[in-house]
Amino acid sequence: MNVLALLPLPPVTFHILLALADQDRHGYAIIQDVEARTGGELKLSAGTLYRSIQRMLEQGLLLETRDRPAPEEDDERRRYYRITKFGVEVARAEARRLSQLVKFARESGFAPGRA
Amino acid sequence: MRLYRLLLRLYPAWFRVEYEEEMCAVFAARRAQENPITLWCGSIVEILSNALGVHADVLRQDLRWTVRTMRESPGFALTAVSVIALGLGATTAAFTLLDHVLLRPLPFSHPEQLVTLYQTDFSNRNPRTGATPPNFLDWRTMNQSFSSLGAYVGILTPMNLSGQGDPVRLDAATLSFDVFRTLDVRPALGRSFTAEDDRPGAANVVILGNNVATSLFDRAGNAVGRTVRLDTRPYTIIGVMPPGFAFPWRDTALWIPLKTWDNRSNRMLVVLGRLRPDVPLPQARADLNRIAKQLERAYPRENAGVGIGAVEMQGDMSPQSRMLVVAVFGAAFCLLLIACTNLANLLFARAMVRKQEIAVRIAIGAARERLLRQLFTESLVLAIAGGALGLLLAVVATPSLGILVPGALPIGATPEVDWRVFAFVAVLTLGTSIAFGVGPAFRSSSVADLNALRTRFASGGRTDRLRAALVLAEVAGTVTLLVGAGPLMKEMWRVEDVDPGFRAGGVLTLRTALPIAMPADQRHEFYSRVLTGVQALPGVISTAYISFLPMTATFGNFVVTVPGMTMAEETRAHTRFVTPGYFTALGIPLLRGRDVSGLDNTKTPPVAIISQSLAQRFWPGQDPIGRQINHGTVVGVVGDVSVRGLETASLPQVYLSWDQVPPGMAFYAPKDLVIRVSGDPMALAPAVRQIIHAANPEQAVSDVQLLEEIVSSQTASRRAQLNVLSAFATVAFLLAVVGIHGLLSFAVSSRTPEIGVRIALGARRGEILGMFLRQGLALGVAGVAIAVPLAYLAAQALTSLLFGVQPGDPLVYAAAALLALAMTAASSLRPAFRAASIDPAITIRIE
Repeated sequence: MNVLALLPLPPVTFHILLALADQDRHGYAIIQDVEARTGGELKLSAGTLYRSIQRMLEQGLLLETRDRPAPEEDDERRRYYRITKFGVEVARAEARRLSQLVKFARESGFAPGRA
Repeated sequence: MRLYRLLLRLYPAWFRVEYEEEMCAVFAARRAQENPITLWCGSIVEILSNALGVHADVLRQDLRWTVRTMRESPGFALTAVSVIALGLGATTAAFTLLDHVLLRPLPFSHPEQLVTLYQTDFSNRNPRTGATPPNFLDWRTMNQSFSSLGAYVGILTPMNLSGQGDPVRLDAATLSFDVFRTLDVRPALGRSFTAEDDRPGAANVVILGNNVATSLFDRAGNAVGRTVRLDTRPYTIIGVMPPGFAFPWRDTALWIPLKTWDNRSNRMLVVLGRLRPDVPLPQARADLNRIAKQLERAYPRENAGVGIGAVEMQGDMSPQSRMLVVAVFGAAFCLLLIACTNLANLLFARAMVRKQEIAVRIAIGAARERLLRQLFTESLVLAIAGGALGLLLAVVATPSLGILVPGALPIGATPEVDWRVFAFVAVLTLGTSIAFGVGPAFRSSSVADLNALRTRFASGGRTDRLRAALVLAEVAGTVTLLVGAGPLMKEMWRVEDVDPGFRAGGVLTLRTALPIAMPADQRHEFYSRVLTGVQALPGVISTAYISFLPMTATFGNFVVTVPGMTMAEETRAHTRFVTPGYFTALGIPLLRGRDVSGLDNTKTPPVAIISQSLAQRFWPGQDPIGRQINHGTVVGVVGDVSVRGLETASLPQVYLSWDQVPPGMAFYAPKDLVIRVSGDPMALAPAVRQIIHAANPEQAVSDVQLLEEIVSSQTASRRAQLNVLSAFATVAFLLAVVGIHGLLSFAVSSRTPEIGVRIALGARRGEILGMFLRQGLALGVAGVAIAVPLAYLAAQALTSLLFGVQPGDPLVYAAAALLALAMTAASSLRPAFRAASIDPAITIRIE
């Protein structure tokens, strides 16, 4: 699939990609990560999360990984997700798109910072 | 947590399998931290919206997949869609007609209370005659079963309407004042008839139909209170009926009171009654029997053996019309079955091809439910596309079925597409497409059917038999339809071959019916001026007037006697008055003697020209010229003409002079003008109208048509029946071709490896070809064997449509059977050749 065809990303999708950038996570860990990152502003519901995950799996942004943490930390019901190479490309492209937008906003004086 | 799991059921099953446990875990973690009320409210809302979203995602994906697969095999998609469209369209149109004519309640309030009454006369073996006016009046006063009775004259009365724009000729119904009351209808404007209007000697009043009123006065509202002339007598317009009102016939344009109530032997009235709400029809019949007995005692001479019959007005039509409508519906239903069979076959074949693909996908872990859903969506898309096209077809085809609506019914001519029917047929097609689109795949996927991965060589015996049965059904249906259409076609060719006795080409005809009361010298003046004027027009070869053109009137049959000769039976002849040149204009051969001339008038002895069959009857082998008959001296002999039309035997003809119309016979005075032209006859019409207008500005011109049209209208209803049946038969035929071709193509594809092996092992290509051709033909033969008895039964039911054709006509069966066999052979050819040209090296390498 073409990277550009997926842009702009829905915010939830972008947040999930960000949550998986440094490590594999299971669903609830993603929710917690997003919540912490946004200072509690974005609290993903289970329904929204898994619908997004399902779509992202189909788009090839994620994959379900079989690598699991040590058994004492694990819960067998959990599924762990990992960002794919394609997912990374898409996240980078989205970040470029956003920073471009912010640059334009600065130039117009809508956003603080140097023009 | 149980409640939460229940909520999760809103998601598709495969989604739950994947994520239910995790979602529950998330919910449990949240429950430990958050306020339960906000948590629950939030969860319910987000599950509702997200579950819906997942379903939508799936639908979008499935639609994309469907479009892609359809692009890959456009032939399949096109065939399936057109099969659905044809079946759906034809059945909807035909059922709409059936519903319009037979099922739908008449457009009057409480139609179930409306009853048609008639006299029976078993002393003359006549089960149904009209009622005489005095009998009707007695029924009206003596009955205890009807809240209202009304009567109208059983044939329409054409009248000249003048005094408002150009004179026009319109069909009038003559009725008693209480007909409208019985029907419970009222004029939209003005008033209805009253008992006073119906009294002999009352002022002349008329109620107009909405169409006439608007065309004459621009707005219907302008008509009421105005005076028009009907056959030269003034009538006051007292009302205008609502648009769409059609009674007793479809084309009735105006209504006038009956007024004459004597004469107990003139059976001219059709009586209709409205039953009292508490009286069932059998009780009313008993009441009428009592009345009939009393009247028989009171009037033993006129009413001997006269009974009173009563039938429901709904569906009261000739058995032939009824049969025609039922036949069309039968044909359409046949077609629907064929279409569904075909669709089933197509989808089934596809499902079998997919069996392998599906098994592979299940093996690599695809959710079964999602696969089914995909197939379901595909079937749905096919059904919807076909349905839309079918609806379009129904809307286009339905008006053309209007010609089959009997004109003698009080309903409009054009049925409108019936939505209930469409819905029924749509559900049927949808059911078929889903049952056969998803069903086989479901079966193959419900067993963990990895066998499908291995069984490339096996061709499942049971499914093959099912598919073959479906094709058999198609062949049988097609043959039944062909056998139905065959006799109609044969009979129409026979009728069209009948020589009418005149040359119809190049003749323009029109009618100028002079008022009956017009004095003879004025008539003479009118004919002379018109004929002289028309003859002078460029291109006119000859022109003349006659009482009634052949094939336009069956009445005017008078007894012919020869003084001094006693015949065993009374001889009657179609008697017509003609102006000089009539025989030339129509191309009727003058065999002996002379035509009438301008000198045969009231001052000279009456003359007669007789047809050849009459001459042979009276004077076989002798010269009839100069002999006497009761109408006058025979001066000429002409060829016989089919006066009663091509299908019925006509009486001999007697032609009398236009200037010798006896007093009291003015109704039979010449009124039809015929003009033989060397160029385009219709181009002459405006000039002829001008000449007539100049001769008498009050005179209406009607029935402007070609003589050819009159002749071809003889076979019009037959042709309409034939066209409809042939259309159905053709469609069925095509569908069957598609079905057989599909079945064999599938057989060839699924057996390709086997055939490859056979060829590699030394089977000759001719043998392979023969094998598949035999398979196709076997289906054809079996189908014909099933169809022939079925078709025979259907044809017997149709006998009332097929006059003179026996349902067992072997030629028709042979032709239909041959066609069906040729069809099966032709549709097996391509797959068979494909099988024979299989390259063993390639197929085996693939394996």
